[in-house]
Amino acid sequence: MAANTSETMTINMGPQHPSTHGVLQLILELDGEIVQKATPHIGFLHRGIEKLSEHRTYHQIIPLTDRLDYLAPMSNNLGYVLAVEKLLGITDEIPERVQRIRVIMAELTRLKSHLVWLACHALDIGAMTVFLYCFRERECITDIYEKVSGARMTSNYFRVGGLADDLPDGLEGEIRTFAESIPAHVEEYEGLLTGNKIWQKRTIGVGKISAEAAVDIGITGPALRASGVDWDLRRDNPYSGYEDYDFEVPVRQGCDTFDRYRVRLDEMRQSARIVLQALDKLKPGPILADCPKIVLPPKQEVVSNIESLIHHFKIVTEGFHPEPGEIYQSVEAPKGELGFYLISDGSAHPFRMKIRPPSFVNLQGLPQMVEGKLLADVIAVIGTLDIVLGEIDR
Amino acid sequence: MSDQKVVEKLKAKFFAEILDVVEFRGETTVTVKKERIVDICTFMRDNFGYNLLCDLCGVDYMGQSPRFMVVYNLYNIPTKQRIRIKAPVDELDANIDTVSTVWGTANWHERECWDLLGIKFNNHPDLRRILMPADWEGHPLRKDYPVQGPDREPYQGRLS
Repeated sequence: MAANTSETMTINMGPQHPSTHGVLQLILELDGEIVQKATPHIGFLHRGIEKLSEHRTYHQIIPLTDRLDYLAPMSNNLGYVLAVEKLLGITDEIPERVQRIRVIMAELTRLKSHLVWLACHALDIGAMTVFLYCFRERECITDIYEKVSGARMTSNYFRVGGLADDLPDGLEGEIRTFAESIPAHVEEYEGLLTGNKIWQKRTIGVGKISAEAAVDIGITGPALRASGVDWDLRRDNPYSGYEDYDFEVPVRQGCDTFDRYRVRLDEMRQSARIVLQALDKLKPGPILADCPKIVLPPKQEVVSNIESLIHHFKIVTEGFHPEPGEIYQSVEAPKGELGFYLISDGSAHPFRMKIRPPSFVNLQGLPQMVEGKLLADVIAVIGTLDIVLGEIDR
Repeated sequence: MSDQKVVEKLKAKFFAEILDVVEFRGETTVTVKKERIVDICTFMRDNFGYNLLCDLCGVDYMGQSPRFMVVYNLYNIPTKQRIRIKAPVDELDANIDTVSTVWGTANWHERECWDLLGIKFNNHPDLRRILMPADWEGHPLRKDYPVQGPDREPYQGRLS
């Protein structure tokens, strides 16, 4: 049999495929096992969140943002409430306790997101045990989520100007015990993977992208830092009091899947450090900013104080009216830079809300990372980019 | 380099192109004419180091003329600075040159802007719909596009 090398085969990967991490479709043109061309097709999960938000009040949009990156809901909530607070000009009014709790929850969210990433990435490449270990730890974070917000996944805990409620009694200790256990757990995952020959063969040199190419294509977050670009919004454009914490930004030069893995593991250690520091600095205090026309009053006051009842009624039925203007606020979400561009025309609804989802932009780098490489590497690269389709499709 | 200095230098180079400069909550927004947007963006990247295009999007100001605005949120990774460039686009001539030659990341952002707002990007390498199906009619983020979708009764529930 003579091999016909001039012929290529087009295969369809997804949108229903376990290793595409959701409803991503890739049209792959293959020459044998080599990928000649990869074309991502997205939009299967498009819910029109930007359009919907133009018809809702600012408070009503918070639950929509959890549905973006549903593996890291609190990071999305944080980005959104910070954007609205900036638009209103009340960034300096946010009480210290609120900022500390937001940082604790945002870092737990980073851990949660990275745990799911590691679990699925390892499972895709064939390491089953890591999956079970990671989900064991993730369960602790979902429990914490449930205690603060009532929901295990689509939490809705942050509010414009503060938090929905204070931390329940005893939770601080629980968070501390969990954060203290993280370094040992990360050690455990590393023991299973870092020195593992199969893991190394599947990740070292796979999905390379240089620093220049990564910046050009807009890749942010851990994927960019593994290409040697030392940039983290928490340190470089601090928000929510991140300048008070002592943490390192892991950067590696390998530009490949293995280094992206190591950067994220180091980030998990740093997140645990930040959580512990924030717990040390956490002092009792108010959990809502003193802006009665914007911030929902505490429930106790609504039932006992006529002024609060009126404010509550006005905010819920009508919302508040930021002055006309436009702002862009971004946070370092687990996947990269999550930005909210808000335009206000003075009404109670955003005139336009544009979300800059990190996964959407990072996915754009996929074709150049896999073209000319093996089909099996496509799976590794999808895993290493850590995409979430809820955020890509919005 | 402060935002003012950047704006000053930009004005010196593209005096006839700058329409407006606004500062709000510490962010600078420069509105420019759309004709030389590629030159302006290249200048911003090469001379001031705005090497990352964080975001590109369109805005529909229905009822105003020109109707659309294309917004570029730029970031300078070495100096950690942001600036925003905007270019108005007329409804009857809804097109603007692509900046995907300046920042590769603009490719998908511009496809999204075309898909949701119907602004064409001249010389774009691959201007297809990205979020909506290929055979979709209309551009959902336009202000005259109903929120409940085409051919449906408006939702009468709690949607205010």
